Amino acid sequence: MSAYMTGIIIILCLNIIIAYSVFLPAAAGQLNLGAAGFMIIGAYTDAYLSSADEGLGLPILLTIPIAALFTGLVGFLMSFPILRTKGVYMILATFAFAEIVAGIVLNMEIVGGASGFPVTTHAELEVLLPITVGVIVFGFYLISTRFGLSMRSIHDDENVSLLFGVNTHLVKVGAFTIGAFLGGLAGALYGHQFDYIEVQNWGILFSIYVLLYVLIGGTQTPWGPLVGAMFFTFIPEILRALGDATGIELLGELRFAAFGVIIVGMMVLRPEGIMTRTFLELLFRKPMPKSDISLG
Amino acid sequence: MSNVLNFTSVDKSFGGLRVIDNVSFNVKKDSRTALIGPNGAGKTTIFNLLSGIYEVDKGSIILDKNDITNIPARKRINMGMSRSFQNIRLMPHLSTLENVMLGQHHLANSTKENFFPLGLIKRNKWAARAEQALINAGLETYPGQVVSELPYGIQKRIEVVRALVSNPKLLLLDEPAAGLNSTETKELQTLLENVSTTGTTLFVVEHDMNFVRNLCQHVVVLNFGKKIFEGTPDEVAKDPQVLEAYLGGNDDNAP
Repeated sequence: MSAYMTGIIIILCLNIIIAYSVFLPAAAGQLNLGAAGFMIIGAYTDAYLSSADEGLGLPILLTIPIAALFTGLVGFLMSFPILRTKGVYMILATFAFAEIVAGIVLNMEIVGGASGFPVTTHAELEVLLPITVGVIVFGFYLISTRFGLSMRSIHDDENVSLLFGVNTHLVKVGAFTIGAFLGGLAGALYGHQFDYIEVQNWGILFSIYVLLYVLIGGTQTPWGPLVGAMFFTFIPEILRALGDATGIELLGELRFAAFGVIIVGMMVLRPEGIMTRTFLELLFRKPMPKSDISLG
Repeated sequence: MSNVLNFTSVDKSFGGLRVIDNVSFNVKKDSRTALIGPNGAGKTTIFNLLSGIYEVDKGSIILDKNDITNIPARKRINMGMSRSFQNIRLMPHLSTLENVMLGQHHLANSTKENFFPLGLIKRNKWAARAEQALINAGLETYPGQVVSELPYGIQKRIEVVRALVSNPKLLLLDEPAAGLNSTETKELQTLLENVSTTGTTLFVVEHDMNFVRNLCQHVVVLNFGKKIFEGTPDEVAKDPQVLEAYLGGNDDNAP
């Protein structure tokens, strides 16, 4: 595999994990613009614990789970104030959270402050790929459980879910915490791929992109973040390749302008995302005769 | 016959407006009871008090000998009461089957059940029960179809099935026949009659008086937050106070 392809796949894997981290809360109706914040916490926790020079030099088998769990704990604690807000106010609250995290880390000299922090242990795709597959399987599993059903019910109608006995607060805190855990996991893995982390990687633009993966992919099914992350990773590369081949500047140099047009087009044509339930049904529906639903 | 519901001396005010004023009534076990009254009489408010969306200011609600006056909304379904809504409140992005499975939630609310995949293993017991409930209700739709795509009348009946799979002692139905055509109303009536033979008491808010007369044995009439009459459908139809409430008569042309 060429270095270029490996690079793309690494980015795709990280994008998929962070997409699931935003998707799971989104499936329960929470719009999270704080992906960057969780990724920073995960990346710096892992880097500090694993770095041989300036950190503790622990093995990554230990530091990646610790970083993810620690981020999950921060998410759990943050969920209480953040879940008091809804809709656009939740977007603002999660955004503020990410900015505060960035501000704190920028001023922490122990992790290098604004000059960033080197990660000494490099992990190959052998580590990243299985974890990514695991995250995808986990996303599908969780949505298929009764807990997932509760999440999706809350997304549609929180009050009615409550009347049917769903512990809505617990489910919302759970979804937010799991999202934070996956965000921390993505952050921890990032460091071991690029060997160097700095807060500037994870600004507001990053969080917006991740939220877009999920919204363009669709929040109704666990296919959404997978398709959304692939869409966002591959389309610019495909445009680049097309631009190189044809020499059209709009596809090459200015491909992000073309990409922007595609995103706006998607929002107009498929406002509920690429992968909606109706669309999946069209793909997989087997005509079900009357006799099939009677259990006899 | 004993009562499944005692609604005793209940008051409810919003700001300075008293919407429920010292209302008392009982619902007999295994009966089909209706709650009627003109628009704004307080019928839906009573349903919201029963299901715990609002708290009562004064009075008590006793469901099958358990005082539920201060029990939070989320736990009332465990006491044996579930409801449907005036405007359809199904989960639009969930399938028919998933909506019905939500109705079973309080029966399946353990850690093990919460984290057991419902979709991956075909025909687990909850899905099978939900499917059976849909068949019993004669809903020959795609169980996997997203409900927002189904016709209004079917959605109305799915709401009843969703409330029903929670095994309620008392089923509250808020205008189940509203917006249905005559065939759909007939189908709904058959469904409800079957339900009431299986040990579920029906308590129905309804405007369609023919539907009430065909379905219910007992009627409670509200007007301006007060109970004005209680009796059989035939008695209600003859009562001058009820007629006045509905037709707004004055003494000159009173019927």
